[in-house]
Amino acid sequence: MSCWDTIADYALRSQGIGERLLPRTDFTLCQQFTLIGSGMIWNIYFGFLALVSGFVLATGVAVAKAHHQVWLRKPAEWFIFIFRGSPLFIQFFFAYFLFQSLKSGYPFFGAFTSAWLGALLVLFLNTAAYSAEIFYGALMSVPKGDVEAADAYGMSGWPRFRRVIWPTMLRLAWPAYTNEAIFLFHATTLVFFSGFPASQQRGDALYYASYFADKTFNPFIPYPILAFYFILLTLSIIGLFGMVNRKLNHHLPKDRRAKIRLRVNLIR
Amino acid sequence: MFEYCADPASLAGFKWLSCYLTTGKHMGLYWAVGTVLLLLTITAPAALLFGFGGAAAARSHFRPLRWFGKGYIAIVRGVPDIAFFLFFVIALDQGFEWIRHQIKCSDWDQPIRQGNDFIVCAAAKLPLSSSPQVFHEIYGFFLAVLTFALVFGAFAANVLYGAMRAVPHAQIETAEAYGMSHRQAFWRIMVPQMWVYALPGLSNLWMVLIKATPLLFLLGVEDIVYWARELGGTKTPQFTDYPHGDWRVWYFLALLVFYLAFTQVSEVVLAKISRRLSHGQATLAGEKQRKGPRGRGKAAA
Repeated sequence: MSCWDTIADYALRSQGIGERLLPRTDFTLCQQFTLIGSGMIWNIYFGFLALVSGFVLATGVAVAKAHHQVWLRKPAEWFIFIFRGSPLFIQFFFAYFLFQSLKSGYPFFGAFTSAWLGALLVLFLNTAAYSAEIFYGALMSVPKGDVEAADAYGMSGWPRFRRVIWPTMLRLAWPAYTNEAIFLFHATTLVFFSGFPASQQRGDALYYASYFADKTFNPFIPYPILAFYFILLTLSIIGLFGMVNRKLNHHLPKDRRAKIRLRVNLIR
Repeated sequence: MFEYCADPASLAGFKWLSCYLTTGKHMGLYWAVGTVLLLLTITAPAALLFGFGGAAAARSHFRPLRWFGKGYIAIVRGVPDIAFFLFFVIALDQGFEWIRHQIKCSDWDQPIRQGNDFIVCAAAKLPLSSSPQVFHEIYGFFLAVLTFALVFGAFAANVLYGAMRAVPHAQIETAEAYGMSHRQAFWRIMVPQMWVYALPGLSNLWMVLIKATPLLFLLGVEDIVYWARELGGTKTPQFTDYPHGDWRVWYFLALLVFYLAFTQVSEVVLAKISRRLSHGQATLAGEKQRKGPRGRGKAAA
């Protein structure tokens, strides 16, 4: 069996398309590369959707946390505290069993017990909390002069937020937010180890990597392959976010532009 | 546990709960909390030590050592950390067995990797197959600690490396002007001053470390996640005196609250340490303390 056949069989295995049985003996390098790469579809799915939806909620929560009215500020603070103060791993477990016990009462929650929706919801809330804290910090350091200038131009309320405060906040938060995005993608590997079942062995990249490591009892091949994929993913995130960063900064003189630096802030 | 627990079926309300929460299996859960705390108390200093070594290596003038240090720091970036956890546990285990195999069974002529098997001679097995269960558990825990220390050591190395570079260069120059050698300047001037720069990063790392402890479950240690799943599952009257439905959601809620409390307490304590360390330092925080209550009031605002 050539490598192309393997790719045809397993490239979409994580979505349930192609050969049903996973390889059991005589694992080839090609099989490992293909299956682990196939699993990356899930990592990208979770990471991308959680990031996009989390961005919207995070902006709202950050603004709420900076609000002067208590009834808006307190819920935002608690939301951030709960999701940043506890391990993501436990959040996954809790959410899974919560949905499962809700399912028996309300069939509506049935879909939430499967990873594609339930885990996505947890990741969405989690990244929203982490990003909200970043955005809040940036919001607090928006230069006073910018807001005063907006006032002088007669802007207030929504136009002032949309045209002055929000872009500046994003610009200031962007380097930290890039790291958040990277580690969100890394966190997606936890999904299938935390209660959410990988039905019919449709798992993510780490699921397949550990499958191979268990079967061959040789961790020195599948995990470096996984690392290779994730380094590629990380580099493309840095590239994409760097492009946005340049766009956000392009009105500034060169020496005042913020650079994206990879900082350590791992595991939730 | 209590005397009135002899007949659980007759109990109700609070009394039932007090008996239920003190069964032998729940004691296992409380032991597991101890395991987590033990892991933290061993891992934190070990990781700091690894981190210090890594950071010092990355600053070394000797090139291969510097590459090693920088490589160690760089390796944790870009790759998900649980991949490291899953990798190191097997890799370390096999590494130890391989070394013992080389020493103890030098007359072994078969290859160690035969297809999908990793085969070493019986004398090199860790722990020996004849040793009691306790040793297997201790060995598993030891591997977990070493894995945590290795991974978090790399993070700590990154933080300490940055902190060492943050110490004003003039301080080192002054030390050398006083005739101190490289080594003396490093130990007497840089190391005492770097902690204040390292503290924000190390505090963050401590929080991350707390939140990483549930991953022990993935390493095959019977930790709190294991027990929460075990105890929370549906119990029928056939097997236990305390039958109940699926309570796992409550057990994980308890874990969630436990971790929230733990991180909150840590945050308060770390803020105190940070205030202490800033005392008398040439940083903004130190300056605020020097200027007295007015400055502090500003800090709180």
